[in-house]
Amino acid sequence: MNTAQKINPDIFKQATGNDDADTCLEVLDLNLYYGKAQALDGIRLSIPRKRVTAFIGPSGCGKSTLLRCFNRMNDLVDSVRITGTIELDKQDIYAPSVQVAQLRQRVGMVFQKPNPFPKSIYENVAYGLRLQGVKSRRNLDEIVEKALRGAALWDEVKDRLHENALGMSGGQQQRLVIARAIAVEPEVLLLDEPASALDPISTLKIEELIDELKEKYTIVIVTHNMQQAARVSDFTAFMYMGKMIEHDATNKIFTNPSEKMTEDYITGRYG
Amino acid sequence: MENLNIGQHISRRYNEELEDIRNRVLAMGGLVEQQLQDAMRALEDRDGGLAAQVMENDYQVNAMEVAIDEECNTILARRQPAASDLRLIVAVIKTITDLERIGDEAERIARMASRMVGEEQSARLFTQIRNLGHHVRGMVHGALDAFAHLDTEKAVEIWSEDRRVDSEYDSLMRELMTYMMEDPRSIPNILQAMFAARAIERIGDRATNICEYVIYLVKGKDVRHTRVDQQTED
Repeated sequence: MNTAQKINPDIFKQATGNDDADTCLEVLDLNLYYGKAQALDGIRLSIPRKRVTAFIGPSGCGKSTLLRCFNRMNDLVDSVRITGTIELDKQDIYAPSVQVAQLRQRVGMVFQKPNPFPKSIYENVAYGLRLQGVKSRRNLDEIVEKALRGAALWDEVKDRLHENALGMSGGQQQRLVIARAIAVEPEVLLLDEPASALDPISTLKIEELIDELKEKYTIVIVTHNMQQAARVSDFTAFMYMGKMIEHDATNKIFTNPSEKMTEDYITGRYG
Repeated sequence: MENLNIGQHISRRYNEELEDIRNRVLAMGGLVEQQLQDAMRALEDRDGGLAAQVMENDYQVNAMEVAIDEECNTILARRQPAASDLRLIVAVIKTITDLERIGDEAERIARMASRMVGEEQSARLFTQIRNLGHHVRGMVHGALDAFAHLDTEKAVEIWSEDRRVDSEYDSLMRELMTYMMEDPRSIPNILQAMFAARAIERIGDRATNICEYVIYLVKGKDVRHTRVDQQTED
C-alpha cells in the first residue's frame, strides 16, 4: 500500500489555487522503531511551505511520532531507531553536523497541554530570546509584544505582563506557548493536538490563530478532531498503523477520498 | 468511492438516520411517479375527476420535500457528515428539489387536462403526447431506480436518454403547429397541449438532474453541464 508514492504533484496547486507553495519538509522512506516495534513504515511525504498540513488517524497510528521526528524530539527516547531521511529546506535534519538546539529553534513545537513556565507572561515569551543572548531591554520588549500580538494575546495581557503565566486560562496559556514558540522566529510550527484540552471558544481562537500564522510559518498539526482538520488545514494526511495511507488536498479528502480506509475513518465506519 | 455502505457506521443511530432519509426519498419518488402517471391518464382520457385529484395531492409531495429537507438539516448540524455521507446528504437535498418540481409539472399537466375536458380532440394529437409522456415517465422511474441502487451505469443511460426526449418534443411542436395552421379553431386546445408537452419535456430534464446527483453521490464527480461523451470516458 504505497499510495503516498503516487501522489499527484499538482495537489499543492489544487488546494491553494496558486503554485508558489514549494516544499518545506520532505520525508523520504522514513522508518522508525521503538525497540523492535515498528512505529513508522516507509513514510514519504512533502510538506508545503506556509501551508497547514494536518495529520489524522486513530490512536497509535504514528502521527505524533512522525510529528516529533521533525524537530528530533524522538532523540530523547532511548530505544528509538530511525532510517530514511527528513529534509528541511533540502538539508537532512538527521545529519551529524546538525545541532539539535538550532534545529528546534527553526522547528518550534506546541503540545496538547499548555506548558508555560512558572514565570511571568513576559519572561515566558522572552525565555528563548534570553537563551539566544538577547539582552537589550528594548529589543526584548519589542519582540515580546510582536510575539504576543502574533499569538492574538496581546490585548488580553498587555496590562499584566509581569503576572504569573499560570494564572491565565487554559486557552490563554496555549496561545502564550504559541507566542513563546514564535518569538524565536521559527520556520515551522508543529502543533500536537493544540486545542484538544480547550473549550470550544478557545479552540476557535486557536484555529483562527493558525489561519493567521500560516502567512509566515509552515504549520503541521496533529489532531483527533476531524472537523478541526477540515477547518484549518490545506492538506490532510491520513495515517494508519504507521503507514501513510493518503495525503491530499483537504477539500478532496473530506469530500471524495481516494482510499477506502480514509473514507471509513472520516465517516466513522468500522475499519 | 464506488462501494457506498451506509449500514456500517460505528453509530447505529447514524446508520438508521441515513437509511431513513434514503427510504423517504424513494417514497417521495414513488408518490411523484404516481402523480405523473395519473396526470398523464387524466390528459389522455380527459378525466376531470382524476385531474382534480392530482392537483389536490400535490401538497403531499411538497410536505415530503419539507420534511426530508429538515431531516437533512438535522444531520448536517448534528453529525457533520464527511465524504460519501456528505455527498449523500447533498445529493438528497438536490434530488428532492427536483422531485418536488416534477410534482409541480404533474400538477400543471393535470390543470391543462382539466381545461381540455370535454373538447373534441383528434386522436392523432394525443398519440404523440402520450408517447412523450411514456418516455419521460420511464426516465423518472429509471432515475429513481439508479438512486435506489446507486447504479451509475443506469444513471448515464437515463441521462443520455434526454436528447431523444428533446427531439421528440421538437417534432411534436412542429406537428402541433401544423394542426394550428390547418384549423385555427383548434388553437386554444392545442395551446393547452403545448403547455402540457412543455411540462413533460421539463420533467425529462429534472430526471436527468437526478441522474447527475447519483453520479456525484457514487463517484464524487460533478457532471453537470458536461456532455454525455465526456461523462462516459471513465
